Amino acid sequence: MLTELTDEQRLLRDTCREFAEKELKPNASAWDRAHTFPAEAVKKCAELGLFAVAVPEKWGGAGMDNVAYALAVEEISRGCASTGVTLSVSNSLYCDPVYKFGTDAQRERFLTPFASGQKLGCFGLTEPNAGSDAAEQRTLAVKKGDKYVINGTKNWITNGPVADAMVLFTITDPSKGTKGITAFLVETNAPGFLRQKADEKLGICASPSCTMFFDNLEVHESQRLGNEGDGFKIAMATLDGGRIGIAAQAIGIARAAFEGAREYAKVRKTFDVPISNHQAIQFMLADMATEISAAQLLTLRAASMKDAGVRHSRESSMAKLYASEMSGRVTDKSVQIHGGMGYSKELPIERHFRDARITEIYEGTSEIQRLVIANALLKA
Amino acid sequence: MDFSLNDDQQRLIATARKFTKEKIIPVAQKLDEHGTFPSEICKEGWELGLMNGEVPQEYGGLGLSTLDHVLMQEEINFGCAGIGTTLAGNNLAAMPLILAGTEEQKKNYLGQLTDSCSFAAYACSEPDAGSDVAGMRTTVRKVGDEWILNGIKRWITNGAYANWYTTFARTGDATDRHKGITCFVVPRDLPGVSVGRKEDKLGQRASNTCDIIYEDVKLTKAHLVGAEGQGFKVAMKTFDRSRPWIAAGATGIMRRALEECTKYATERKAFGQAIGQFQAIQFMLADMAMKYEATRLLMLKAAWNIGQGKLDAIESAYAKAFGADSAMQVATDAVQIFGGYGYTKEYPVEKLMRDAKLLQIYEGTSQIQRMVIGRSLIAAASAGV
Repeated sequence: MLTELTDEQRLLRDTCREFAEKELKPNASAWDRAHTFPAEAVKKCAELGLFAVAVPEKWGGAGMDNVAYALAVEEISRGCASTGVTLSVSNSLYCDPVYKFGTDAQRERFLTPFASGQKLGCFGLTEPNAGSDAAEQRTLAVKKGDKYVINGTKNWITNGPVADAMVLFTITDPSKGTKGITAFLVETNAPGFLRQKADEKLGICASPSCTMFFDNLEVHESQRLGNEGDGFKIAMATLDGGRIGIAAQAIGIARAAFEGAREYAKVRKTFDVPISNHQAIQFMLADMATEISAAQLLTLRAASMKDAGVRHSRESSMAKLYASEMSGRVTDKSVQIHGGMGYSKELPIERHFRDARITEIYEGTSEIQRLVIANALLKA
Repeated sequence: MDFSLNDDQQRLIATARKFTKEKIIPVAQKLDEHGTFPSEICKEGWELGLMNGEVPQEYGGLGLSTLDHVLMQEEINFGCAGIGTTLAGNNLAAMPLILAGTEEQKKNYLGQLTDSCSFAAYACSEPDAGSDVAGMRTTVRKVGDEWILNGIKRWITNGAYANWYTTFARTGDATDRHKGITCFVVPRDLPGVSVGRKEDKLGQRASNTCDIIYEDVKLTKAHLVGAEGQGFKVAMKTFDRSRPWIAAGATGIMRRALEECTKYATERKAFGQAIGQFQAIQFMLADMAMKYEATRLLMLKAAWNIGQGKLDAIESAYAKAFGADSAMQVATDAVQIFGGYGYTKEYPVEKLMRDAKLLQIYEGTSQIQRMVIGRSLIAAASAGV
């Protein structure tokens, strides 16, 4: 049953919990405020094997599974949501597709150093005019001899400013729609790979993202991931895994907000009693805890389906949809329970509220998750 | 029933709307980013009468009805709720004096606000007394003909800029709860009054919020507002009048969100058409519009009641709670419609979301409004009304 974790999974979870408690939680507010990428802490995550939890050890990964991965991202995000998404992108959006769709030669160059944590990857799908509608890719890759010449723009690229390589999606044949989309593995220091300054965002301010331009970027055909035209399938399969990571991130944020609210409710007094004595507060806490548990179960189900190798698009979308919207509600309630203190930057609660909001937007908005779920329901 | 606005009201709205468009919207984002107090805007707004709307004409104010005032405030809050809160602050500080002050106090203190652009602040909340006003710990000890004031007030809007503070403090024992609270007007230049730390807030960052510290401040009868022990009543009556203003903050934010979103939905394309063509987006917009309209009606009804002298706490609480909760939902949906762009500082909707959250907290949280409403309903039923 899902509720039974293996010793290995439990050990990783506990290790991550302890790490988050010691290294992330005390510093996350300062990183958020200064918009600092926590390079040192991320490096320590690499040492814990968190860059590619489910990738085999042979390729530099931790050789565990996706349930372990989801537990790890949840615990890390409970300490710092920005660090959580940095890892989620490394695991799900970079290492996973390189492992799954790459050749051994590509894995040696583009997976092992990344899975082992020496380098960091990112995922280049979104464009200014292709967000929810990922099929609207405009970044063009034109074949010239044994190379492709790439021109275009990608934006909101999480890890972008600090990444060493990217899974880059392009159009190789504009006449074929989604079947004309092709993926490449590209080093970010290649000539013609240009990065703008980091985005100014509402939350996850310690997770840098940016816009990237490709100005006659030349890529050897050996760096093509899969065949020409496989790109869209690779992207969608990759996001099925990524959504598990974001669901776990959303749960971690919600737990931090919930735990803060529970502690505060026990010490804050109004009308001569701790506010936890008021039914209005008790019911809010009850709803928060129930929703967190439901999201955890949905997420672990999707992760174990991925581990079992069965199709899990619908389950990943359900987990991501529910966990992200749950996180929005729980962090909002936490601000409310804290009252004025929740609105102040003195406590981390307002940060959890800001951080939670992105989980309903990236890796497919809630609307896209509903589309995926509805399509799956109606096709059956 | 007549929902039309008269000529004066239309002129007032037009003035506020023009000011918002020309003076507030262009700078709101920047003031928010740096948490900068909108000094210039206040000066210009003061000239136009946007700062002391409900101060009676005999003391130099516009003497607006609550109804006219909220119509004006909606326009300001369309531009920036932080600036809206700043401009409204004087009215909140003035209200206890308007309701319970002596002629001399009104002439002096309200006169200061209307003689030149200056600020006053309402000092009620404390570190350990927010929702529970009667739990306040700031004390006033009577010594002969004088009172000695000691304590810390928190979340004081315009606190660092105010020349005087409408202060609520405990004259009786803590066990007296609300019966032992008294209202005083405390000039900032009295010895022992100081401004504490400034809050670094999630939203409404152009609005100044800080601690005010009282250390052995000597007050005389001239500073006493209303009778001893009547402070709690004065505070509550003030809130009954000020809560429609918060509903105006909500209508301003919602109308802005709706305007930004409908425009974006016609421009942004996905799956080969404008996203406004999708039912999911249309339904979100429809819900946003309904929430705006319903809040506006509750706000106008509460304000109209006050103008009729039929002040009813429940009406103000309806408008405040429904408005604040609606604004939070609408601003959250606005970020959703904008997607990734909504999450960045490039577009105004993330600020709407941060700003809206405060509406559910200040001047009585949404939970306190529900207490007011719930108790009032039960009391009426018990009394067989």
